Amino acid sequence: MTGGGIPAPQAGFLAPDFTLNTLDGETVTLSDLRGQVILLNIWASWCPPCRAEMPAMQRVWEEYQARGVVVLAVNSTVQDTPADAQAFVTENGLTFPIPLDTSGEVTRLYRVSSLPTSFFIGADGVIREVVIGGPMAEALLRSRVEQLIKEMR
Amino acid sequence: MLPILQIGPLALQTPGLMYLLGLWFGLSLAEKFAPKRGISADALYNLVFTGLIAGILGARLGYVIQYPDAFLASPLSLVSLNPGLLDPFSGFAAALLAALVYGARKKLEVWNTLDALTPFFGVFMIGAALANAASGAAFGMETSLPWGIALWGAKRHPTQFYELAGAILILLTLGRLSKQDSRPVGTLFLAFLALTAGARLFFEAFRGDSTLILGEIRAAQVIAWLVLAGALWG
Repeated sequence: MTGGGIPAPQAGFLAPDFTLNTLDGETVTLSDLRGQVILLNIWASWCPPCRAEMPAMQRVWEEYQARGVVVLAVNSTVQDTPADAQAFVTENGLTFPIPLDTSGEVTRLYRVSSLPTSFFIGADGVIREVVIGGPMAEALLRSRVEQLIKEMR
Repeated sequence: MLPILQIGPLALQTPGLMYLLGLWFGLSLAEKFAPKRGISADALYNLVFTGLIAGILGARLGYVIQYPDAFLASPLSLVSLNPGLLDPFSGFAAALLAALVYGARKKLEVWNTLDALTPFFGVFMIGAALANAASGAAFGMETSLPWGIALWGAKRHPTQFYELAGAILILLTLGRLSKQDSRPVGTLFLAFLALTAGARLFFEAFRGDSTLILGEIRAAQVIAWLVLAGALWG
């Protein structure tokens, strides 16, 4: 019995929708990914805990991608630069989409007050959990994603 | 509503801080009154910390047992500081067990010790309400009342502050009750249980995030009724 259809950056509410261009020049709209489990991570290249949790996110993405899991690592470009983001992505061989929040719209929409902030979103588009700060342990990513895949069936 | 307290480059997680403050002030208050009940402040402190450490270890172990594959894939996660990798029920059970064993070894009388711990529980509930106020969790239903607060896309009952006021009132009531020495041992703790369950029963009705069972019944209210009945019977 929660917010249901109201979009808000809190567990139990619909994940607020957005459309952004990625580092690779593609366009991502959150609501187009409905039906898949989403790990939405908001980060910046200068933030040490953000950098620390990325390799674990890459491993989880590689393993669970085929089972309907999407990792979206939104770079808070309003407080970063595309060049620094690109350098970090290349250095770590990250292959999931990196949407660029150039205007800071998503950072504000999701009331991000501390980097990193991560949102686990179910296949129904409803936020299940908000994790403020990091780094998140790999087992946390794995167990939450497993749980959300189980709910999807 | 204020999840992060930014002090220069330092970002403090306000909810966690509130729990810690609740723990600290609660324990200090309980230690102050413990000698009156024939329990040394040290024994009380050790009891709480034994429970706390066992609780944290038990909570992590309980979580690992539920998701063994996740930890096999990343064994370092075993020692991760993420509070998300704790199972609250296992933690509570382990804390209770450890406290019982410690209490039995030190020959602490159960009801007297529970009475001595009651100020700790009472203050801790205030810390928990403040933590919810900071994170915006345990939020209320939509309302048009003038004191509704704008939170998560709607004007809502400020349930976090109802619960805060309730917890403060309960602590004050317990403070008065503890001055009356004639009452049988265990009364203070049972009064805390009954008042807390009663307050939960009442405030839960304004919550917007209740777990519902059997369609329309709020799970927390069922539990609160059971605790209230048990406390009054005791």
